[in-house]
Amino acid sequence: MARVTFIQADGSRDALDLGTGKSVMLAAQSNGVSGILGECGGQAMCATCHVYVRADYLDRLPPVSEDEDAMLEEAAAGRKTNSRLSCQIEVTDELDGIELGVPEEQVW
Amino acid sequence: MSTPRIVVVGAGHAGFHTALFLRSVRWAGEVVLVDGQTGLPYQRPPLSKEFLAGKQELDDGHFRPQSFYRSQDIQLVGGVRVDAIDADARELQLDGGPTIEYDELVLATGSRPRVLPIPGSQLGGVLTLATATDAATLRSRLAGAEHLVVLGGGFIGLETAAIAVTAGKQVTVFEAADRLMARAVTEPMSRYFERVHRSQGVEIVLSSAVTAIEGDRTGVRAVVTADGRQHRADLVVMGVGSVPNDTLAAEAGIAVDHGIVVDPELRTSVAHISAIGDCARFRTRYAIDQPTVRLESVQNATDQGRFLAGRIAGAGGKAFDAVPWFWTEQLGRKLQIAGLTSGADRIEQVETGADHFSVFCYRGDALIGCESVNAPRDHMRARKELAQAHSAMAGS
Repeated sequence: MARVTFIQADGSRDALDLGTGKSVMLAAQSNGVSGILGECGGQAMCATCHVYVRADYLDRLPPVSEDEDAMLEEAAAGRKTNSRLSCQIEVTDELDGIELGVPEEQVW
Repeated sequence: MSTPRIVVVGAGHAGFHTALFLRSVRWAGEVVLVDGQTGLPYQRPPLSKEFLAGKQELDDGHFRPQSFYRSQDIQLVGGVRVDAIDADARELQLDGGPTIEYDELVLATGSRPRVLPIPGSQLGGVLTLATATDAATLRSRLAGAEHLVVLGGGFIGLETAAIAVTAGKQVTVFEAADRLMARAVTEPMSRYFERVHRSQGVEIVLSSAVTAIEGDRTGVRAVVTADGRQHRADLVVMGVGSVPNDTLAAEAGIAVDHGIVVDPELRTSVAHISAIGDCARFRTRYAIDQPTVRLESVQNATDQGRFLAGRIAGAGGKAFDAVPWFWTEQLGRKLQIAGLTSGADRIEQVETGADHFSVFCYRGDALIGCESVNAPRDHMRARKELAQAHSAMAGS
């Protein structure tokens, strides 16, 4: 179980206790978090589940694959050093307390 | 004045996303999503990939949970067939007789697998793969099968073959054309995947015609090819293309031509009725050698749903224009396709490592598409270049 907080562009926050094992993208969708589209279903083909990760959690995440890297380059909201695709992050106990910023735009 | 109502028929990728995007652009009217299947709407790609491989369950593939439909005020009407459209009265006749009125109707009726008209194609052990139910049946029958025969070397057939061979089954793929995925990719890409499948033990028979399937009500024994040979099979999967679900539209007097014909804003020939996704036939500049296309893809379904939601909510006056893209995953290789590569007169293969390469496809000097294996940067660059080239053309 991990407490994951999604912060929308307008500042509103959704703090959720997520079970481990699924991707952050799927968990966000199951809990009705808006702005996490995940149109390709988690295949790293569309970059519509882009999030900005609170910096002190970045090194707890799996490395960015070549697929994810290529997609992030084209993310609609612009890539930052803390950009990730939430479909590529599995919820683990280690992520407890993480904050994820949801960009205003997920689509060009 | 009463609240306007949009009715969407079909809750696949196109229909579901139309409903979702209508709410995200803050469209305030009623949204009704009607589907022939019961249960929550779901993603199709995992059915022939993660689900079939046993790495995911059907519940994992739902687009959104039940609570989403409540919170977004989307009325999901499942397990209901639409019998007829009365375009003059602007109402649908549902099975069992009730009617439902609409202000705007969206047909997202999808497509269904083609079934080869050969003896035995209706036998118990002959399956197609389109719905969650199909996938569950296939997964359970595959577990008990030894010899899988796949008819058709396209995406669905090859993804199925890949998972079955990985699970230790004996797999034979019969393809009528002289190469795999012939309608979707260039020859070098076909040959590459042919080598990959063969190296993993899949038997591939090209330029072949299966003329009959033998067995009884409970299962199959063999398939028979045109040369009279019998090939052992205890399970047959047909992946020989699909046909658009356009009968409902045709019966309502809407123009169809192997798909529901739509204009650049995705309107059908009848007022207040649009069509999107697998069932829609449209013109696109990305198609070099075909006047109109029907695209069966997550990208096309989703992008058309987004476009239509925007148009209905008031963003009219521009044409649908999204770069087509596709992907498939087979035996650890991810193939990504940007654009429509059919009609290329020149191709250029660029290798960036073993099992990492792209085939760039040109017509004259213009890039028309790119097929990439494990080369996502090439894929994304091509998508971007195609979109830019197109907007430059549209602006000139």
